[in-house]
Amino acid sequence: MTRPELRFVSTNRRVREDVRFVAGRGKYIADMEMPDMLHVALVAAQHPAARIVSLDASAALAMPGVVAVLDGAELAAGVNPLMNGLDTPNVQRYPLAVGQNRYAGEWIAAVVAESRALAEDAAEKVRVEVEPLGFVIDPEVALTADATPVHPEHGSNLLLDRTFDWGPVEEDFSKSDEWLKLRVTWGRNSTVPIETFGVICKWDPWGKVLDVWASIQMPKYADQIARSLKIPGNAVRVHYDVDVGGSYGVKRGIKHTVLCAYLARKLGRPVRLIEDRLENMRAGDAHGPERIFDIEVAFDRDGTVNAMKMQALDNAGAYAGRAPFQLGKPIGAIVGPYRINSVQYRAISVTTNKTVQEAVRGFGQSPTNYAIETMMDRVAEHLGMDRIEFRRKNLIRAEEFPYTIPSGSTYDSGDYHTVIDKVLASADYRALQAERDRLRGEGLAAGIGVAACLEPSGGNSSFEPLLNEKNRSSTWMEGSRVNVDALGDVTVTIHTTSAGQGHETLAATVVGEVLGVDPDRIRVVRPNSLESLPGNSPVGSRMAIMLGGAAANAARDIIRQATAIAAHAMGVDAAEARYEDGTVHGPDGATVSWDEIVDIAHRRYHDLPKGTNPGLTASFIQQVPTGIALPKDGKTQMYPCYSFEFHLVLMAFDPVLARPEIRRYVIGHDCGTVINPHIVKGMTLGGIAHGIGAALLEEFSYDSEGQLMTQSFLDYLMPSSHEVPEVEIVHHCTPSPLTEFGQKGSGESGYLGAPAAISGAIHDALAPWGVHLDKLPIRMSTVSDAIAAAEDQGKGPK
Amino acid sequence: MKTELTVNGRSRSVDIEPRMTLLDTLRDGLGLKGTHAGCEHGVCGACTVLINGEAVRSCLVFGVQCDGLDIRTIEGAATAEGELDLIQDSFVETHGLQCGYCTPGMILAARALISQDPNPTDHAIRDAISGNICRCTGYGQIVEAIRLAAKRVSESNVARAEGAV
Repeated sequence: MTRPELRFVSTNRRVREDVRFVAGRGKYIADMEMPDMLHVALVAAQHPAARIVSLDASAALAMPGVVAVLDGAELAAGVNPLMNGLDTPNVQRYPLAVGQNRYAGEWIAAVVAESRALAEDAAEKVRVEVEPLGFVIDPEVALTADATPVHPEHGSNLLLDRTFDWGPVEEDFSKSDEWLKLRVTWGRNSTVPIETFGVICKWDPWGKVLDVWASIQMPKYADQIARSLKIPGNAVRVHYDVDVGGSYGVKRGIKHTVLCAYLARKLGRPVRLIEDRLENMRAGDAHGPERIFDIEVAFDRDGTVNAMKMQALDNAGAYAGRAPFQLGKPIGAIVGPYRINSVQYRAISVTTNKTVQEAVRGFGQSPTNYAIETMMDRVAEHLGMDRIEFRRKNLIRAEEFPYTIPSGSTYDSGDYHTVIDKVLASADYRALQAERDRLRGEGLAAGIGVAACLEPSGGNSSFEPLLNEKNRSSTWMEGSRVNVDALGDVTVTIHTTSAGQGHETLAATVVGEVLGVDPDRIRVVRPNSLESLPGNSPVGSRMAIMLGGAAANAARDIIRQATAIAAHAMGVDAAEARYEDGTVHGPDGATVSWDEIVDIAHRRYHDLPKGTNPGLTASFIQQVPTGIALPKDGKTQMYPCYSFEFHLVLMAFDPVLARPEIRRYVIGHDCGTVINPHIVKGMTLGGIAHGIGAALLEEFSYDSEGQLMTQSFLDYLMPSSHEVPEVEIVHHCTPSPLTEFGQKGSGESGYLGAPAAISGAIHDALAPWGVHLDKLPIRMSTVSDAIAAAEDQGKGPK
Repeated sequence: MKTELTVNGRSRSVDIEPRMTLLDTLRDGLGLKGTHAGCEHGVCGACTVLINGEAVRSCLVFGVQCDGLDIRTIEGAATAEGELDLIQDSFVETHGLQCGYCTPGMILAARALISQDPNPTDHAIRDAISGNICRCTGYGQIVEAIRLAAKRVSESNVARAEGAV
């Protein structure tokens, strides 16, 4: 099928949201004022685990301006526990610790006052008597029989232990020439947006409605609030017209929201909680995966990879939440872009006395890609093969799509070899190798890293029923409405918040494309949740596919209606009429203009075809393409579309100081048809920056006493404009056969391969010393220590 | 404590606690919400404003310290209601932002740079924004925006006269 020429899609149009942001007119949660609003500060736990013996708030309550102090006992009596992803009923989570706390920094009590400053002052006056308990922070120790259970009622620290065997694994292992084992560890980091999480709740006791404004990115947010507060779903009104100051997955402050909602109902005044940075880092419950991978791989001496056994042990932190699902999503791309015949995957999730884990960009995919790509590097090294040639030998070939991988997911389309060829040509790979060798000749450690990986996109929630049999979700829809008003102007709706992804631009572009209307003339609005169509928020790189699909299909319905009205006016059959750029053409050269169609639709019922509703409006609720079945026999179709990226990095550093410097960074990116090139470019560059942070700098480190050591931006280091190099992007487009315009997702691009590529570049640089560093982040001190230790043993460049 | 602040060329009298930062004074005392709190310990740069033309973190300055100083915030950047100045427009042109939260600080840091160095090298641009953390963009399109803005400002007589600060 040839695709019609695109007029607005894929063109370098400005991103409409940018105007309000550069003007300083974004509407963020902390910018919103409410009359009579109260402010919350938190009393935080000092120990990683302690029984709460007593709480004395009298001194705090005696301070002027202090309105209330709430503890976990009262709150737990008034609300249901927060939603739990797995079927682990004894791992209960409330916004405030109940009976005991389970990590240092966990909220013990909430102090409510007339201002945040007063609330903070009063929080220091709350006296909490505790009895310290045993604790565990290491995930492997947590699994031992005599480990202290984080949730004694649950009986152990094991949340999930599931082995999938997409065979014939043992047969493939026994038939292979060689095996290799390796262990790699992904350190605990997160995306740490510059805006912390914030929420305002307001209860109308007469109207019986809870209004919620929040810096949120979360599926089923309103439902979860209603369930926890034990109020009807239609008593929660979430306002989606709040600008979210960055999220990348983590802005899911359900505990903050339930706390504020309870307080707003109890106190009869609007209640606001904006995390400060300390609260955000240690108790925002927004840490990312922390994962140990143990891999065995079977391959032949000609470089064919036959089978893989991967065990992923993930440290969920103190409560379950959705953390275990981040072990499930990578099942949809468990072999990466490679033809690996059989896979065994064991997913283990444990609780420890660390801060709670939340969804982070890629939902577990980036750690998995790092593990797969390190495995590929290690096998190539073992066989003495070139890393790129070895990969090319195992890549799925363009003619093999659609390609079904052992875990049951089918990749829609791709041309991996071509993307890699284009990157190597663009970067002049031979010259890059010569440059690396020249740098080595100067006495520097220098190395080239490569990573090939997939970005599954169009997020559904297939991992939920796969890991929890009581969960029967196969629906993961997104809605949009297109309305043509009585003046003929077009308005499109989005039914969620955005955190910089440019969804308004996306919706206007696709509707403009379909209707043949300049997108700049299209208004985009965000009704609140009670006025909204169902949706699931921007997760899993889904909005280009899902919101794009919903808006395009609603626009097509507008065309269908307009064509029917015009055909009726011309006295011809609708099948004989043709819509083009607002005008409907009849078979005999007659036309009906947009204005005429609008006039009939809005004012002239007598001219409407019989049985036609007045007005010109259409809603469409898009289901995830391919989302038709529940998992079966441990196999499932995860996300529908698979973007591809190939990273090529040159790094160099002084072997004594080991301060890593990225000299060249080239990425080849194929996310199908691009809706807006500016947005996709930004996602890719930003994702690479996150990947650089994960690979080299960022970690939530705990000491042996269970205390978080990196609680501020002074110790939790993030890449600045000095650490992120100028990145060259090489484009390729393999359209998806499953979507409106051939688009795939790009919201997680860059991040999914950058950590693996940077780790690979450091390893190549360290090759003369024969050193492997198998844990991220790879800090400069680790590198220089490893070099020094190797040199003590007489190893190093000749 | 009564304090006279000159913000965006307009003299404003506020009554603030001595412990109140300039950031909170601008946001809560004067209702200027375009200046954002990021870390509140002087690392991320989201709260950057211009004080006497220099980029300053408003979370590290007390409001009462600013008595009589010339403070510029993002609200004072646009040339008129509904308009953008050359630097703001350049950020839109290159999509030098995503969520917009660090953007006011970035734009003011860029403004301070361009006023002092009308033709900055990429290194100078990266240096000027190295104290402003952006988690969305990876900085590439921000560097492009400032590069473009400097070129436009240097080519515009009007902008050179009054656009620099």
